[in-house]
Amino acid sequence: MNETWIILGASSAMARAFARDMATQGDALLLCGRDTADLERDAADMALRGAAPARVFAFDTRDPESFMPILEAGRASKGVLNVAVFAGSMPEQADIDADPSLVAGVVTDNFTAAAAFLMAIAPEMEARGAGVVVGIGSVAGDRGRLGNYVYGAAKAGFHTFLSGFRNRMGRSGVQVLTVKPGFVDTSMTWGLEGMFLVASPSDVAADIRRAIKKRRNVIYTPWFWIGIMTIIRTIPERIFKKLQI
Amino acid sequence: MPLNTEPYTGWGRVLTGTGGRLRPEKTAGLKHIDLGPAVGALRSYGDAALNEKPSVDMTRLDRMLAFDAETGVLEAEAGVPLTTLLDTFGPRGWMPAVVPGTGYATLGGAIAADVHGKNHHAAGSFGQHVLSVRLIGADGVAREVSETAEPDVFRATLGGMGLTGIIESARIQMMACPSMLVDVHERRMPNLAAYMEAFEDSTATFSVGWIDATGTGAKLGRGILEEAEFATRETPFWKPRKPPKPVPFNAPGFALAAPVVRTFNQLYYSRISTTGRKPTKPIAAFFHPLDGLIGWNKLYGKRGFHQFQCVLPTESAALTLDAMLREIGQSGLAAPLAVLKKMGPGRAGPLSFPMAGYTLAVDFTNRPGAAPLVNRLIAQTVDAGGRIYLAKDSLAEAQQMAAMYPELEGFRATLRALDPAGLFETDLARRLNIRGMQ
Repeated sequence: MNETWIILGASSAMARAFARDMATQGDALLLCGRDTADLERDAADMALRGAAPARVFAFDTRDPESFMPILEAGRASKGVLNVAVFAGSMPEQADIDADPSLVAGVVTDNFTAAAAFLMAIAPEMEARGAGVVVGIGSVAGDRGRLGNYVYGAAKAGFHTFLSGFRNRMGRSGVQVLTVKPGFVDTSMTWGLEGMFLVASPSDVAADIRRAIKKRRNVIYTPWFWIGIMTIIRTIPERIFKKLQI
Repeated sequence: MPLNTEPYTGWGRVLTGTGGRLRPEKTAGLKHIDLGPAVGALRSYGDAALNEKPSVDMTRLDRMLAFDAETGVLEAEAGVPLTTLLDTFGPRGWMPAVVPGTGYATLGGAIAADVHGKNHHAAGSFGQHVLSVRLIGADGVAREVSETAEPDVFRATLGGMGLTGIIESARIQMMACPSMLVDVHERRMPNLAAYMEAFEDSTATFSVGWIDATGTGAKLGRGILEEAEFATRETPFWKPRKPPKPVPFNAPGFALAAPVVRTFNQLYYSRISTTGRKPTKPIAAFFHPLDGLIGWNKLYGKRGFHQFQCVLPTESAALTLDAMLREIGQSGLAAPLAVLKKMGPGRAGPLSFPMAGYTLAVDFTNRPGAAPLVNRLIAQTVDAGGRIYLAKDSLAEAQQMAAMYPELEGFRATLRALDPAGLFETDLARRLNIRGMQ
């Protein structure tokens, strides 16, 4: 019954909320991130909530070497293996405009690192013929906007990757879930101007849990963002290019 | 780390914090910030968590770190809500020894306000079950304080309203939780004298009373006494509570007009038959009856509300309560939410609220006449040798503080050594001149 979850970017508020839910179910957790000292505190917390067990791995999107021990631990796990990707970064667009060398890092953090990791673990999951991949995208990936189009482009790339990956993994019975959160109350949005309808990380975690249960493919969270993004996507480009949204 | 400059309020929503909040999500984040007073779930009612300079929001440092299933000793970060401890450890036979009226209060907040619960007469206050605190001082360094390491600082931190530094984490002694259910006994109390007599005679582990603050004449001080014991029979099929429901919008002003409240209270009183009733309830529903309604403070409308809470020494409590309830009843300003409880002597620190006697808590919608009424009630409290709960107050004045808290001078001396520059000063401390610098 108990499953194993590889959580990439486990320090993020959304990852923490989601991992706690999985811990309460009694799942085993591999918490992967950069600040391992802090993740040890999360691991202790998850263990007290019921995780069996929670272990910590150093994971850096910019350092593919760091993937290896995690992949090995995943392969060594018993039963159903799942992966949830919460890793990402969102520098200010103005900073990227000033220093275009930041583009590569944004693309790595939000797209290619996760893609490389998932492709490496894919054969193991295919062989087991079960499991779930949760990929955290963003509503920002639905259309490039003045305010954060490099971040948006990286997330769009990740969405497209997950779409194809779903096509592949579905044949082996692995669910691939693309999650597109709107504004969530995390360190990324804390103190930003112009936030509205901000969801709590635990609300997002609950939406993910429901979507896994229903074997969904793509979800917006909170749900009403599908309406907002439908409108934003249908604005003709000749008008959109003049907007500041 | 970004500062969220959005103004914020305490639970009463009358006063506003203007200095913004920093919110670290990792422990290391605490090392790289400009220090300010810590804030938790913002469940104190007045300005205890408010500041004109940046505060440090601790709600994301909310991890349970270690638990000993033999002794019931738990170590956790300050931001963990008490309801998480109840939900996590209750089914395993342990719970916090003291739980206040809301489970959303954080561990750090419960320590800083030295909160009390429905078992205060026997179990004492929250701080009395704290074994040690990891405290970040004005130098930014975290250290462990306890009865053996810097006992003065430790005691000043228990009930110290956050003024001694940032509580990063703490070790607490939990108590046995033999059941996730309690057997409750609810009885009508026809008037104040009968009510107090019942409290004096009560031997229950948990006791609390709802009081009809609109009652006058023969009905003055009537209410419903709730006593409870852990259910002794096997818990049949305990399952977590239903998710709480939010209050969608601010209630309009007439919702709590005097005739509405009088009618509501009459119905609320009459729903218990004259012979009483004995329901069995989940412990969370008994301890935190209002937590099922997220943002219930919106029921008071956008102007917010004041909660007056005093404790009065046993000897003169009957007289003072009678005078207070008369004044409240005549004013027509009280909301339905009013609580009477007998307290024991248990308190942990120099600024702790409890004393042996009776505590009365009454909500007042913030409308004309409410603040002057609360001010008169505070003056009556001071005259009676009682005190006001700092976690609830937004109206008391500095000269009343010293009269109500005789250990204030000692607390000030501790603060002068700990935080000479006032890094951890809050709006509450400024209003009541708690640091004694004005």
